[in-house]
Parts: sequence; structure tokens; C-alpha cells
Amino acid sequence: MRKNQVAVVGAAETTELGVIPNASQLQLHADAALNAIADAGLKLSDIDGFATAVETPQQVCHYLGIKPTWVDGTSVGGCSFMLHVRHAAAAIEAGLCKTVLITHAESGKSMIGKQPRFTAADSLNGQFEAPYGVYGPPSMFPIPVLRFMKTYGITHEQLASVAVVQREWAAKNPRAMMKDPITVADVLNSRMIAYPFRLLQCCLVTDGGGALILTSADRAEDFPRKPVYIMGTGESVETPMVSQMETFNSSRAFKTAGPLAFKEAGIAHKDVDHLMIYDAFAHLPLFGLGDLGFMPHEETGKFIADGNTRPGGKLPLNTNGGGLSYMHSGMYGMYALQESVRQMRGIAPAQVPNAKISVCHGVGGMFAASGTIVFTNER
Amino acid sequence: MAEPQRARPKPTPETQHFWDGTKAGELRLQRCDACAHVYFPPRPFCPSCASRKVSVFKASGKGFLYSYVINHRPAAPGFTPPYAIAVVELDEGPRMMSNIIDCPQTPEALELDMKLEVAFQALDDKITLPVFRPAKG
Repeated sequence: MRKNQVAVVGAAETTELGVIPNASQLQLHADAALNAIADAGLKLSDIDGFATAVETPQQVCHYLGIKPTWVDGTSVGGCSFMLHVRHAAAAIEAGLCKTVLITHAESGKSMIGKQPRFTAADSLNGQFEAPYGVYGPPSMFPIPVLRFMKTYGITHEQLASVAVVQREWAAKNPRAMMKDPITVADVLNSRMIAYPFRLLQCCLVTDGGGALILTSADRAEDFPRKPVYIMGTGESVETPMVSQMETFNSSRAFKTAGPLAFKEAGIAHKDVDHLMIYDAFAHLPLFGLGDLGFMPHEETGKFIADGNTRPGGKLPLNTNGGGLSYMHSGMYGMYALQESVRQMRGIAPAQVPNAKISVCHGVGGMFAASGTIVFTNER
Repeated sequence: MAEPQRARPKPTPETQHFWDGTKAGELRLQRCDACAHVYFPPRPFCPSCASRKVSVFKASGKGFLYSYVINHRPAAPGFTPPYAIAVVELDEGPRMMSNIIDCPQTPEALELDMKLEVAFQALDDKITLPVFRPAKG
């Protein structure tokens, strides 16, 4: 795909984030969509392309009154929205549609109008993982961590520092759920969830949503907001079963999606001003830094513990506070994208000065899928 | 009131041989007749070379502890926390999720790379689960 041919011209989250007991999941989609449409200065009737995950495109399009000529219901977990951005950029370039709306919403905390997740007993997960006591992401996602730690000499303190640093970013963000400072000792003394991970190394559980609007870069110049260009994109999937990953020392999906996006953007790692790595749990930024090629995996724990990703550090990472401290409704990828767009517009609560290139890397399922988007504010 | 039960696998035509095996006290894997790739979970073709000529064989049941979590909360129905959810690497190559029995469910007792051997735990008269215990000797 050619770089910088498509741009984000509308971006917004739901009016509220956190605990939203007065709206269904479907209404949260609509709230985010209407906010994004207002942000772009558009009307609903201007939208001719639509993408969403978990909810079907027909569900959300009908609720909003959108009549699309292109839809994408790719639903591969929390990075689905990175894949939607990639697919939408290709569709706009191919002339299949002009203006794409991507929505995410989840009533992850209040569970209003949300279908329960269910593992069929005759699925492969149901036969070969569920019987051993996996029960929700905290019991599954950290399964690779001990092997990763042993292979690369990563310490418990380093993995705790991920949560500490992200809380520093969250403290700068009025919309972050958790803003009080924490220490490595606080993390290591918090309630055990699934050894080696404790409560403060696991993401929040919240309600919320977000929406993006994309159009061609040529049209983007006429919109009220500063366009944020899609510079590079990548995607992949590996396995729905965490036990069947090729290795616990890296993620094959990360190692496929990340380099694809860097190559398409034509950038080197030193060009990256701002980085988002989907942090459902504290090990993901370490996997991401290594798998995206920023540094050898061995160095990732020390890099974060030494403060390189904190406010004022040389590689600002998860500047909204991340899934650990900002919010995590269940499919966090949309919020990572929103923060990248804010940083590229220059309006983030913890703005990185003069940031021109933002890399936004997402995970779906338990390392099941991945999507990477490189954004820039210079065409 | 009945005790909550642990999740029970329901075999499909492609996996029936595996569950027949565990019931008979065998851990069965598949090997590609064309490229010799050994794989899991079961399917009637080779995921490496796509050959449909594959054979079922009895695995050694030996392997080592590749990684794990010790789950505290929330606990799955039928489990008393804390309990380890492990991934075992079999000597034949494939990995599988399992539980570790006859071993304290602690970080001190559960050492990565420790040798393991398969054991069989009957859930009911249809389903027997392969689990692992520290290897003797």
C-alpha cells in the first residue's frame, strides 16, 4: 500500500469512560460514532464505509442509520481496529468507498447489552485448554511470561516497573481511571491474580468506546482537524490457543505485523517519536519492543525499568496510561489508536513535543492476532 | 446443589482418536507420512506440508515444563485455587496445555524445564484428561 494516501479526519472516544451504567454497548458505539462525526464536521449520510468488531456491521449501521457500500467485520480481538484502519485505507485507495467510520464500544464493566463470551466444548480451545482451568484472560495471557523471563533474564521488578511508568503517564491524563502514583513495591505487594502477575500488572475492566473516520489524503486537507496520515500498516494472526504459539520467547503475529508496517512507512526505529504497545498485561510492552525490533528482548525489561519510556524519556510509550491505568473495556486497540491520533494532532493531555511519527501496535486474543499502524502528521 | 464441574471436552470426528487414546491410557499424537512432522492438536492433514497421509502413534508421554501460571482468581468451575495451568513440551516436539499433579502448586516446586511424565485423570466414563506429574528418577 502507498504511504500517506489516506488520513484520519475524525477521532473521538465516548463522552464518558470508566463505569457507564446508563448505556448499552450498542449505544456506546453510537455515542463514539456521533462524537467522531462531529469532530470531523460530517453528517451520518457522508459515511459510505463502515467497520466494527464483535458487534456486526449490520447491527451498528442499522442503529446509526448508515447505508454503507463497503463494510468490514473483521473481529480478531482487541487489535481488530488496527486491521480495520489497514483495510479501510486499502478500500479508500481502491475507490470502494470515500469516508469510512470505524467504531468500537464495550460495556466491559457494566455488561449491558453485551453477549457473554463462550467457549464451545467441541472447539479446539474447549477440548485442549478449557479443561485445565483457564478462566478469562488473566489465567491465559501471562502463561508465556515465566519462559520469557527465563530466556531473557527479565526480573519481576522490571515487569512491575511497566505498571509504575504507565501510572506516571496516567497521572497527566484527566480521563485516566487510575492516577495515583505507585511504586515497584506496591505492584509486587498487590493481590496475586495469576503468578507471576499481580493485580497492578493486569488491565482495568471498564466501559467505553471510540471511533475513527478515514478518508483520502487529498480530501483530508478540507477537514477542520489536522489530518493524521496512515504511513504504514501491518497485520497477522497466529493461533487462538496460547499453548500453541510457536514460542513463548516472542509473538509470531507481532513479528509479522510490526516489520510490515515499518517497511511500508519506510522508517527506521530511530524515527519513532511516540509509541503505543497494547498493554492488556505488563509483559506486552516487552514483547512489543523486542518483536518490533526496537532492541533485543534481553534489553526490554531494563529499558523500561531505567525510565526510557516514562515522561521525558527517549521513547515515550503508552502515553495515555495504557490498559493498565487509562482504561480497558476489553478490546483496548481503539484507545491506543485514539492516543496516537491525539499525539499526531498535538492535543494529547501528555503531549510529546514535536512528535511527527507515532507507531501504534495492537494485540488480539492471547497473542492470537496483531495489527500495527504507523501514523504521521506530515505528508 | 451439584458442585460446579470443570469444563468437559466434547470430541469431534477429527479428535476422537485422541480421546479414545487417553481413555485407553495412551497419549496419541500424529505424524505426517510425507514429511515426518509431528503435530498437535489433532487434524487429518499435516499443518506443515498439507499432506493428507498422516498416522496416529502412541507418544512417549515424556516432556518438560515449558511455562505456567499459578491461577489464584478468578478460579474456573471445578478448580480450587491456587492451581497451576501449565504448558508441557513433549519429547516428540508438540506442546500442550495441562495440569501438574503430585506436586505442590508453588513457584518453588514448579521449576521450568523440570522433567514430566503423562498421567491420566478420568472425568467421567467418556472423557479422560492427560495430565502430567514430575518424572520419577
